[in-house]
Order: sequence, then C-alpha cells, then structure tokens
Amino acid sequence: MTAERPGPREDGHRSYYGRPILKQPVWTWEIPWYFFVGGTAGASAPLALAAGLAGNRRLERTARLAALAGAAASPALLISDLGRPERFYNMLRVFKPTSPMNLGTWILSGFGAATGAAAASDLLGLFPRLGRAAGAAAALLGPPLATYTAVLIADTSVPVWHEARRELPLLFAASSAASAGALGTVLNPPEAAGPARRLLVGGAALELAVSEAMKRRLGALAEPYGREEAGRYERLATGLTAAGAALAALAGRRRLAAALGGALVLGGAAAKRWAVFKAGLQSARDPKYTVSHQRERLERRPPEERRTETFARGGHGR
Amino acid sequence: MTETRENIIPGSGWSDAYNIEGVDRPETRPVIPLGQKSYGSEEEPRMGFFTDTTVCIGCKACEVACKEWNGVPDTIGQLTGESYDNTSALGANTWRHVAFIEQRKPVKVQEAGLEGLEEPSGGDEDGFRWLMSSDVCKHCTEAPCLDVCPTGAIFRTEFGTVVVQEDVCNGCGYCIPACPFGVLDRRQGDGRVWKCTLCYDRLKGHMEPACAQACPTDSIQFGPLDELREKANGRLEMVHEAGVTDARLYGADEGGYGMGAFFLLLDDPEVYGLPPDPEVVTRKTKSLWGAAAAAAGALALGVAAAFAGGAR
Repeated sequence: MTAERPGPREDGHRSYYGRPILKQPVWTWEIPWYFFVGGTAGASAPLALAAGLAGNRRLERTARLAALAGAAASPALLISDLGRPERFYNMLRVFKPTSPMNLGTWILSGFGAATGAAAASDLLGLFPRLGRAAGAAAALLGPPLATYTAVLIADTSVPVWHEARRELPLLFAASSAASAGALGTVLNPPEAAGPARRLLVGGAALELAVSEAMKRRLGALAEPYGREEAGRYERLATGLTAAGAALAALAGRRRLAAALGGALVLGGAAAKRWAVFKAGLQSARDPKYTVSHQRERLERRPPEERRTETFARGGHGR
Repeated sequence: MTETRENIIPGSGWSDAYNIEGVDRPETRPVIPLGQKSYGSEEEPRMGFFTDTTVCIGCKACEVACKEWNGVPDTIGQLTGESYDNTSALGANTWRHVAFIEQRKPVKVQEAGLEGLEEPSGGDEDGFRWLMSSDVCKHCTEAPCLDVCPTGAIFRTEFGTVVVQEDVCNGCGYCIPACPFGVLDRRQGDGRVWKCTLCYDRLKGHMEPACAQACPTDSIQFGPLDELREKANGRLEMVHEAGVTDARLYGADEGGYGMGAFFLLLDDPEVYGLPPDPEVVTRKTKSLWGAAAAAAGALALGVAAAFAGGAR
C-alpha cells in the first residue's frame, strides 16, 4: 500500500496523515446567531435602563423590546442546537461554576425572567415599582450575558479561541454595544436615537480596534481569520461595521441614513460572530495550529517544566 | 471474590493490582484530582492504562474487544490508504484507535531469544519501520471535559477515571472542543457524547477493561496508576539500554499534563496524532471570568457614556 507517509510537512510540522488532533465543535448555525442575538439583547437591557432614567421613553421602550425579543429567541436557539433538546433542563439541575455554559445558562435564565417581568410591567402598566426593579436586574445581567459567550469559547482547546482569551470578552462586549445601539438607531427617529447612535459608533470603533489587537497578538494562529469561510465573514464584518458606523456618525440625523447605517452595523456584528465561530472550526480542523503553537510553547519553556514527554526516570523532556 | 479473580484472569494486570501482600485494596492513596472531592471509604486506587507501543503488533483486538463489550456501533467505512489504519481517529464510536505509521528509518532488530531461530536481517541504512500505537481517552487528572460539562453528566469515578453518564448528557457538545486530545464526539443519530469509560462496569465487577484483557502482547497494561508508572519507567530504561534512544514516555509524569492513560512512544507525539504539549485550558477559567467581568463593566460604562451627550 502506498500510503502517504507522515513526516515533516512543508510548514515544518509533523502530524498523523494531516488529521486533526482536536475535534471540531459540533455546534451549528444556532450558536453564532445566539452569540449575536444574546449579545444584542444583553447590551439593550442597560440601554433601556439608562434611557428610562434619562427620560427618553421611546428609546427605553424599543431597547426593552429588543432585550425581550433576544431573551425569547436565545433559549430556542440554544435548545435547538442540543443533541438531545428534550433534556435541556439538565443544565438547570446543577449550579456548576467551573462550566461557563452552566453559568451562562443561569445568567440567560435570570435575564429572561427579569426582562420579561420588566416588559410585562411596562406594557400592562402594572406594578411599576417591581417593573423598574426587574429592569434594573436585567440591566445588571445583560452585560455578563453579552460577554460570557466569549468565556465559553475561550475555555476550550481551540487555539484561535483559547489564545484570544484576553481580547474575546471585550470584542463581544463592543460588538454587542454596537448592535444594541444599531437596533435603537433603526427603530427610533433620529431625534430620540442620539444615545443609541453614539453607542453604535463607539461600539463599532472599539470592535474594530479590539479585533485588530486580537489578531496581532494571535500572530500565526490568527490565520483562519484570513482564510476560507472565516476570512469571508471577517472581511464582511469589517466592511459592514466600518461603513455603517461611518454613515451613522456622519449622517445619523437623517432618518434614512441612520436606519441604513444601523442595519449595516447589525449585519457587521452578526458577521463578526460568524467569523469568530468559523475561525474556531478552521483552527480545530488543521493540526498545524495545535502542533506549531504547542511546539513553540515547549521551546520557550525551561527544560524542567517540559514534563509531558520524559526520556528518563525523573528526567525532563528534551 | 479475591481468589476467583486470580482464576478468571491469571497473570493479568488486575491480579498485580490488587494482590499486594495479600491486601485486597492497596493502602497507597490515589492522586486525588485537584478540586475533586474524595470518595471517602469508597475511594479506590486510581486506575489507568500504560500503552507500551514498542510491543504493539497492530492486531486491533483492543478495538474489537472494546466495541463488543461496550456495544459501540460499528464504523465500517472506506479504506483510507493510510497504512493499515481504517479507523482513523478516536470518536463517539471508536474508543480505542490503533495508529499505523510507516517510516523510512533503520530499525534495530529485536532478538527473539529462541534457539535455532534464524535472526532476520535488517537494520540497514534504508530501513523501514512500522510504528503502531493504540490510542485511548487519557482520563486526565484535571479533565477539561469534566470541568466544562454544564449538566454534570461527566464525572470522576471512585477509580479516578472520567466517565460520561448517558442518561444525563444532553448533547450540548461543550466537552468536544474542550478536550486537548480530540477524544470526545457526538454520536450521529443519538445526539449524545460518548467516549471510553475505562470499562467502569468491569472495574466495578473487579475485571480489567476489555481492551487490556484482549491485548495479546500486553502492549495495553491496566492497573493502579502509580504501579504502572513505575513499570513504565523500568521499561523505558530497558528500551534505552537496547539502543532505542528515541523512546520516551508520554503523559507518565504527573507534574506534566496528568494522564490516567499514558504511553511509551518511539517518535514525537504529533506523529501519532497526539498533542506535543497539551494544556489544562480550564485552569484559566477564573482569569477568563475576570476578563469577562471587566468587559461587562466596560459595556455598562459605555452605555452610560452614550447618554453623556444628551438623553435624545
């Protein structure tokens, strides 16, 4: 049998017939959409609270509805992605802080209950004090809802996610701020959407900056962001976010331009989550990312700490 | 039970495991994984595998025995053309995987030690060697899959092994990218995640795992981990003295990445599809939450700042 012999490849790393060392995540389309929807809802809740406190009722109401819609859609997306959806409640039978997914489920559950109560009180005009408390609770849980998903993916062995663990939470926070601001900009006339527009522009600018910093620090591990599907989503995200933010910043006082800018930024934020998601799949799929990164890390390590391989009793790796 | 155990599997790793000076359960304490609670009086010694790839003959009896005992669905696929390996990788339906690696490398000929048997010629400059290795779940000391599992379906047994409870797993898939070895996967058509249990049911019944029992060359050895490590170090010295200086233990040192199943390899780990420097990624979970909290705070501040320019 003339098998391709494993050995040094062009990039200088060895592998077992080029097969992946890690398994690709089995998560499907629901997960990147959830990152986007949950993040937008999470940032919309504090926006609603702040708008209410500032006396901007219109913006408060649309932001609260955005939070409610996201809180309603998120569990549906997450449950639909499970291999055994009918067992979703097993997540809520334990409180397990070592699992970001478990803590996230609790955050999402609390957020959903608080947002639902706040919106119901607002729409029905009942129990206004309780409604305000629920709105405050939602505003408190919203930002963690927007950022825990970054912890979730960074807490894996996928190099492009794990090694970006410092930047990913801020990236998701910025992207969530941009999309929540964008939604507020789209749903409100410009004269009521000032804060939403500023949130859109600030969030988008921070997202672009953090994304750049993340890729710079990842170095060679960032390669998936420039290749295949992740590369296409990344370019789309950058283009849409930059164009939308520029439009909203320059012509945000005109209704049509503001709505268009908001829509572009929403598209950019969704594409960004898809880029991060697909980059993870690509990073897990090619063993060169796993091997090259670990080999470099080994070389930087003092010999006495190289103990995964031992060449002699009580001895150290080469 | 003690005397029949000897009869059932004479000379197996199991009898070595439990017949230490007539003591049924050795007094030596297992390495208790960080952050794990002890089982108290029900605690058993930490059990594991030592896979000595130098004596693996690639028969795949371990793969077959595992499937038979555990009722793992068959995975008859296509011929890969990758030497004799048509299993390709560990996964939901493959809990043992024998890797085959063909190399142009002079091999030192082993002496069979049988009188009258003509020793084969070999060891020339343009030699050929065939590496075989039976891979398995590492039953990590600090298992990322266990830590990230949101339902508690993955747990640590009294033997220090890591097992997925199929009646709890809801198929969220989080453990899959958490594992640095690519061991766990979701089973198609079933939706749950499956992996090696180190034959938890057999261990409960004082039997060794099916793969270890089926292995005809004792390439797969089963027993208390501390004893296996001792044995493995002896074997490494022996192999080195025989001139095979490339031989190394992978995962045998608890100070490295702690593995409950470790290996004696003849080449770099990545050649066998193993990560050269696996990392317990979940050790950083706390600092990750710190970064997330800071980012959440920044988000809240950003929203507040958006109102600095006016409420409308």
